[in-house]
Amino acid sequence: MRLEDYNPMKNEMYQVLDPTGKVVLEKDIPELDDEQLKYLYKTMLFTRTIDEKALSYQRQGRMLTYAPNLGQEAAQVGSAYSLEKEDWLAPAFRELGAWLVRGVPLKNIYLYWYGNEWGSHMPEGVKVLPVSIPIASQMQHATGIGMANNIKNEKNVVLTYVGDGGTSHGDFHEALNFASVFKSPVVFVVQNNQYAISTSRKIQTMSDNIALKATAYAMPGILVDGNDIFAMYNATKAAVDRARNGDGPTLIEAYTYRLGAHTTSDDPTKYRDDAEVEEWKKKDPILRFGEYLKGKKLIDDQWIDETKKELEKEVKDTFESIEDKSDTVIEDIFKYHYEEMPAQLKDQLDEYKSFLEGGK
Amino acid sequence: MANTLSIIQAINQALMNEMKNDDTVVVYGEDVGIEGGVFRASVDLQKTFGKERAFDTPLAESAIVGTAVGMAINGLKPVVEMQFSGFSYPAFNQIISHVARMRNRSRGQYNLPMVIRAPYGGGIRALEHHSESTEALYAQIPGLKVVIPSTPYDAKGLLIAAIRDPDPVLFWEPKRIYRAFKQEIPEEAYEIPLGKAKVIQEGDDITIVAWGAMVPDVQKAVKIVEEKGISAEVIDLRTIAPMDRESFIESVKKTGRILVVHEAPKTLGVGAEIISIVNEKAFLYLEAPPTRLTGFDTTFPLPRGEKHYIPSPERIAKTILDVVSY
Repeated sequence: MRLEDYNPMKNEMYQVLDPTGKVVLEKDIPELDDEQLKYLYKTMLFTRTIDEKALSYQRQGRMLTYAPNLGQEAAQVGSAYSLEKEDWLAPAFRELGAWLVRGVPLKNIYLYWYGNEWGSHMPEGVKVLPVSIPIASQMQHATGIGMANNIKNEKNVVLTYVGDGGTSHGDFHEALNFASVFKSPVVFVVQNNQYAISTSRKIQTMSDNIALKATAYAMPGILVDGNDIFAMYNATKAAVDRARNGDGPTLIEAYTYRLGAHTTSDDPTKYRDDAEVEEWKKKDPILRFGEYLKGKKLIDDQWIDETKKELEKEVKDTFESIEDKSDTVIEDIFKYHYEEMPAQLKDQLDEYKSFLEGGK
Repeated sequence: MANTLSIIQAINQALMNEMKNDDTVVVYGEDVGIEGGVFRASVDLQKTFGKERAFDTPLAESAIVGTAVGMAINGLKPVVEMQFSGFSYPAFNQIISHVARMRNRSRGQYNLPMVIRAPYGGGIRALEHHSESTEALYAQIPGLKVVIPSTPYDAKGLLIAAIRDPDPVLFWEPKRIYRAFKQEIPEEAYEIPLGKAKVIQEGDDITIVAWGAMVPDVQKAVKIVEEKGISAEVIDLRTIAPMDRESFIESVKKTGRILVVHEAPKTLGVGAEIISIVNEKAFLYLEAPPTRLTGFDTTFPLPRGEKHYIPSPERIAKTILDVVSY
């Protein structure tokens, strides 16, 4: 696909599969083999399963605050799948599908939400930054990583995410501007899930869409059906290729919907109608892709059931491997602030340890 | 060869040395490239090392610091400039939320070898927001180091140490004395360790702790009281965080008295911390109440009022006498 064929100023949205899984743009079916297609579906299903189980654990009082991804699986999995091994990912906090695609182990993900910093320590070779909670701040890190690539003459690219609420933030605009000025090889994906906690996307901006904001920064912007995994993969791949080719950044708006709550502390019935949610459930990205794959005879209901059971077991085993075994080691609270622990900190650690040991 | 430099020239030479020694050092900020900085700290860097490694950015402090976080993660050592410390607030979120935390958040996976330089302090007849002393704002944040030099020799050695440090350093420069005096210093690179204060004058009757532009004023005050037979020990703290506690604890054990002089507001300033430490560690040695002489708890006045704000050598001298005669 060509990014320039979709003009965000005309509010055109890029779509390959319609909500029923029917192909609306035959020429844009990506060249992925059967195994790749099944991997993508399975990863979306894995994302959903991890969410469902986390919400259930949270309700049982076994998990802490959790931010579910329900409904946004295609936006995350499809975009992240366009990266190559050496590329970077600078996430916000609702990018579970992207983390999985980029090789972040579920154990890390659950450890993070379980309240232990070791969840953010990635395995060797996984170039994924830790969760960034301050809204839009991670976009600047992505831009800086890309600027460093240019200086070092390295060809890898950076994928970063932000929500629709984040586009109101100064850091969003500063990051786009710096990336454009310095031709930083970054792909900015806005997961427009229509709500920033309770605040509707309509209150964030008077623009018809978010993708058109790219125009002012002299970069391509494209509005994409975020629940269509092929559209997300193709658009991001085009942007990634463009960045790798030295042509600079791209802004992608993934038009999607948060089917669940902002976090487990949020009650979305306070600010949106059931009818609206029901409408979006019909556009569920997993249903859509599933229908397409069934039509291709790649999967069937039995395969889905078996895969789901297998994934549920993996999630359960992983959660149980960390549950009640992940309290923070006291020294860890102190020893990672500086390469060398300052004397003041050492005194505080010693005093506390001595208290715990019942010393004088 | 004689290499007699002012503080600002010493800073420039430190940047030159380190950019030459280490290809991963990059310098950027507002007006840092073609102009060489509004105070000329980065003069000739672009000419010498090219636009890739010394460059001007759009006018946005948050992105200057935020992109430096990304660069440091990706293997470079960015040295970025906040044009004035009073303009660092748009970057506050990046500094506090990410610069200070990335190492701990990632359990040591991503350390950030980066330096944020900024001129700070008053006394240059500047417009509003150009005169603040903001060290305490940053010194309380776990994960940051805050360094303030007071001489050309220290400025160069501390800045080189800051650039080589594996952790982020806020390097606050006393602009009032950028060009106040020159010193002969080595032309080649050298380091002064961070976290080490310096006793710049030994004495018996009182310990005076200061940093940055207050150091020469304290030295003037000490000359005044010497005529009255008072022997003062003067400590230049040099690193605000993490602080060299032993330097003033040991000194107070000898002198029994301490005065902290700083330009920043009094309440909850760095002086309060120093005096708390003295109370904890040298209480029984004290012969007079530990004392602070500082800026007021007011907004820094515009130029017609600034002479009242910064403690003068005369006022410092009077306070020394008050403490010694308690």
